[in-house]
Amino acid sequence: MSKFRLPKNSRISKGREYSAPTDSVNTKTFRIYRYEPESGENPRVDRFTIDLDRCGPMVLDAVIKIKNEYDPTLAFRRSCREGVCGSCAFNIDGKNTLACITRISDIDGDVAIYPLPHMPVVKDLIPDLTHFYAQLESIEPWLKTDSPAPSRERLQTPEDREKLDGLYECILCACCSTACPSYWWNPDKYLGPAVLLQAYRWIVDSRDEYTGQRLDELEDPFKLYRCHTILNCTDTCPKGLNPAKAIAETKKLMVERRG
Amino acid sequence: MANSTRSPLGGARGLGSAKTGVDHWWTQRVSAAALVPLTFWFVASLLAHLGADYTSVINWLTSPFSATLMMLYLAAIYYHAQLGLQTVIEDYVHTELTKFAMLIGLQFFNTLLAVASVVSVFILLAG
Repeated sequence: MSKFRLPKNSRISKGREYSAPTDSVNTKTFRIYRYEPESGENPRVDRFTIDLDRCGPMVLDAVIKIKNEYDPTLAFRRSCREGVCGSCAFNIDGKNTLACITRISDIDGDVAIYPLPHMPVVKDLIPDLTHFYAQLESIEPWLKTDSPAPSRERLQTPEDREKLDGLYECILCACCSTACPSYWWNPDKYLGPAVLLQAYRWIVDSRDEYTGQRLDELEDPFKLYRCHTILNCTDTCPKGLNPAKAIAETKKLMVERRG
Repeated sequence: MANSTRSPLGGARGLGSAKTGVDHWWTQRVSAAALVPLTFWFVASLLAHLGADYTSVINWLTSPFSATLMMLYLAAIYYHAQLGLQTVIEDYVHTELTKFAMLIGLQFFNTLLAVASVVSVFILLAG
C-alpha cells in the first residue's frame, strides 16, 4: 500500500553539460529534464548554458534555441508562442506555467524545466494528456439543448454573458490540474480543476438546457468532491483564472438544489 | 489508464457518477460551524475549572445546561471527525480492499468512542 522510494523511472540522474560560446558575456544555465521511456534508462537532467544576448526574452525562446543549436533530440510541445494555445506548459522554476509568457529575466539563478508533474511522460517535456482530454470529453463541453434550434443566434443578456468571463479564457494547458495534489493522488476518478472549470462554464451558460444533468454527472465523492480547496490551481494558472472559485460555485449549486 | 484496451473516454467515465457527495460535503461544513461556538464554550469551561476540585467539576458538568452542550459537543466532534477521516482515507488509500476495511474500521471505532463518551456523561448525570 505504501511506497517509500520513488519508482525506478522517477529517480533522476545527472545528465550532460553544454556550455555557451566562449565569447558570451550574459549567460544563463537551463537545467532540463530528459527522459525517453523506450531507452530503458533513468531520466536525467541536462545542463545547457546559453548566451542570453543571442536569445529571445522568454523561456520558450531559450528552449527553442537549445533544440536548434545544442540538442535537436530535445522534445517539447509548442505552437503559438503567445499564451493562447496552451502547448508549452512546463514546470518552470518549480511552478507550472507557459514557457512562452515566462520571462527568463524573472527567474533567479538556473532555470529548472521539468514536464508537468505527476503525468506519464512520453518523452522529455511531453506529458501524456490522453486521460486529461478524455476527462474533458466526459463532461461534454458543448452546448446541449432540447428546444428546436432557433432560426438565428441563441440570445443571451449581457449579464448572463458576463458569467462566462473568467471561464471561457481557459486554454486547457493543464497547468492547474497537474499542480493539484488531489489530482496527483486520484487522477483516475477526480476530474481536476481544469475539467471542473470547463464543466462550470457550461453549467452557468444561460443558453444550455442540461444544467441539472450536468450537476448530476458531477455529484460524486471523487469526480467533484476530491477538491479540498488547496488553491494550487488558482495560484499557478498562467492565464490568471480561478478554477477553485468555479469549483466552489459548483458546490454551492449542489447545495442550492438540495434545498 | 491501466487497461490499454479500454478507450480513454470509457476509462474517464469509469463507473459513472455516484450521485452522492453533497450531503457529506454540506454536513462536514455544518458540523464545523457548530463546533466553533461549542469549542469556545468547552475550552472556556475547562479554563474556568483549572485546579478546581472533583466535586465542583462534577457539579458543573451535571448541570442541565453543561450536560446538554457537552453531549452536543461530543456528537458534533465525532461526526465531524468521521467525515474528515473518511476523506483522508479516500484521498490516500488506493487499494480497494484496504480502503474498504479502513473505512469500516473507522466507522466502528469512531462510533464506539462517540457512544462511550456520551454514556460517560450519562453515568455522571445518574451520579
